[in-house]
Amino acid sequence: MKPALFLAGILLCAIAPWIIPNSQVLLTIALSKGLAVLGVIVLLQAGQVSFGHALFYAIAAYGTAFLGKYFGGGELFLAMAIGTISAALAGLLVGLFVVRYRHIFFGMLNLSVSMIFFSILEKFYFITGGSDGLRVERPSVLGIAMERGPFEVVLFYVALVCAVLAMILIHRFLSSPLGNHLRAIKSNEVRLEYLGVSPRLVLLKGYIVSAALCGLGGSLMAVTLGVVTPEYAWWVRSGEFVFIAILGGSGSVGGAFVGALVYEGVRTYASAFAADVWQLILGGVLLVVILFAPKGLIGFIKQRKASNLRPRSSKSAAGEALSK
Amino acid sequence: MTDQVMMDVQGLEIRFGGVVAAAGINFQIYEGRNLAIIGPNGAGKTTFLNMCTGYLKPHAGKIIYEGEDVAGIGPRKLVKKGVARAFQIPQLFAEHSVRENILMAVAAASGYEAPLTRLEDISGASEADRILEMLKCSNLAERPVQELPEGQRKLIDIGVALALKPRLLFLDEPTSGVASTEKFAILEIIAEALEEENVTSVFVEHDEGIVERFADEVAVWNRGEVLYRGTPQDILTHPDVIRDVMGGHV
Repeated sequence: MKPALFLAGILLCAIAPWIIPNSQVLLTIALSKGLAVLGVIVLLQAGQVSFGHALFYAIAAYGTAFLGKYFGGGELFLAMAIGTISAALAGLLVGLFVVRYRHIFFGMLNLSVSMIFFSILEKFYFITGGSDGLRVERPSVLGIAMERGPFEVVLFYVALVCAVLAMILIHRFLSSPLGNHLRAIKSNEVRLEYLGVSPRLVLLKGYIVSAALCGLGGSLMAVTLGVVTPEYAWWVRSGEFVFIAILGGSGSVGGAFVGALVYEGVRTYASAFAADVWQLILGGVLLVVILFAPKGLIGFIKQRKASNLRPRSSKSAAGEALSK
Repeated sequence: MTDQVMMDVQGLEIRFGGVVAAAGINFQIYEGRNLAIIGPNGAGKTTFLNMCTGYLKPHAGKIIYEGEDVAGIGPRKLVKKGVARAFQIPQLFAEHSVRENILMAVAAASGYEAPLTRLEDISGASEADRILEMLKCSNLAERPVQELPEGQRKLIDIGVALALKPRLLFLDEPTSGVASTEKFAILEIIAEALEEENVTSVFVEHDEGIVERFADEVAVWNRGEVLYRGTPQDILTHPDVIRDVMGGHV
């Protein structure tokens, strides 16, 4: 993505709550989901689709809820740090097992672990609140307790800064030798072995980064919504992340956030104006994207820009010259 | 050329069901000698390469390299010890450019894994350009490898292996799939690069002309056994080799 376009996108997002009324929470939700989708995109670079990354999203969300429950609301940045680190540690544990597998087995094993955690959240109701979940206390920000309104403003900008930093860092990560080795898993694991590189170790590192991003998104989401339920770990949530990655474009870090913003926008307005058929509308949007922009919205934008920049063919130029 | 044994293979055995692909092979690879392995299809040549480069674990026997039995230790550890490989079908990263393929090998060889340094900014980046220049492929640097013809893909595959700074390089049919008019030119580039990098090579080859021109030594394989070993002149004029291996012609 061009720096100017990137900066314009950030600026537009930063001023959006002042232009579109009541969009602040919606944008915060989209940015939080975008972070989790970015985690899924990291794994897609290696050609692996996880249908269970809601696990890390939920671990961080419950971690944030517990912090608030036992430490009087807690501190926003501490909650985010704890959520991210706990998700990364869970990523290490689960990753040690799942990176041994590829493709459908990788996807399904992630799904299984996520659903085991979902069941634990449902059954251990005396700790987790069961299907009712837990209320997330509003944390202080750098020691300052805030009312709901100002807190939501701060939270939106914190989410925006997190999203921008994550995009920059993940873009650099994917351009690094490790990131390139991660992408190489998709095309040739045999050669990778013959370079002296362990594909499993590379995938594990990618998996931990991916889990940490989901964790950061989960923490922000828990604080934004003020409640956590087992639904955070439900397989539909994991599918939603994959859906958004395809919608936005899995080949670029920006795709995660463009996809999340479009997804949340369509979902919110479709459910407001067509409550009974909003899933149908979402499905239709994805079908259109797959048919006309197989590389996602970001891929479509890049393609359009490239076709505009391409010099006219000699044939058409010659035709113009002759017609003069 | 020296008489220093680089890799000492002792009693190497492997079977695939009832097929014996290596029947107690005893064999030495000498430092500085380019060794060609010839033999009919199914003779066990590639299986031998697969065992020597850690891809297959032999059922019995030892592969002594630098005083250590390396049989079955896996390609990753062998690469770190200086044993690399190029493949019959080039094994490249299809989504990357030629230069990126070499750079990834340079990065792997130097163990450089700083997570936020771009691949093109790693300290050994100039090494990739040197290798491409040595292989006369500098003009291909930015092209995606999947767009290249087979001969150039073979060269890049060898370039990737050379970027790992090996002492011993196994080449599986380096000219197969290459137009007959280009074979000698490509082998000439490879031979110069191996000499410049001071790499000992073992290559499987079917073309007698190539073997005669580029090998210091030839070993004849059949049914998982080494039948003959000697200079190209001795082996390629040996009546039994002409009859059994080369189909009665030279």
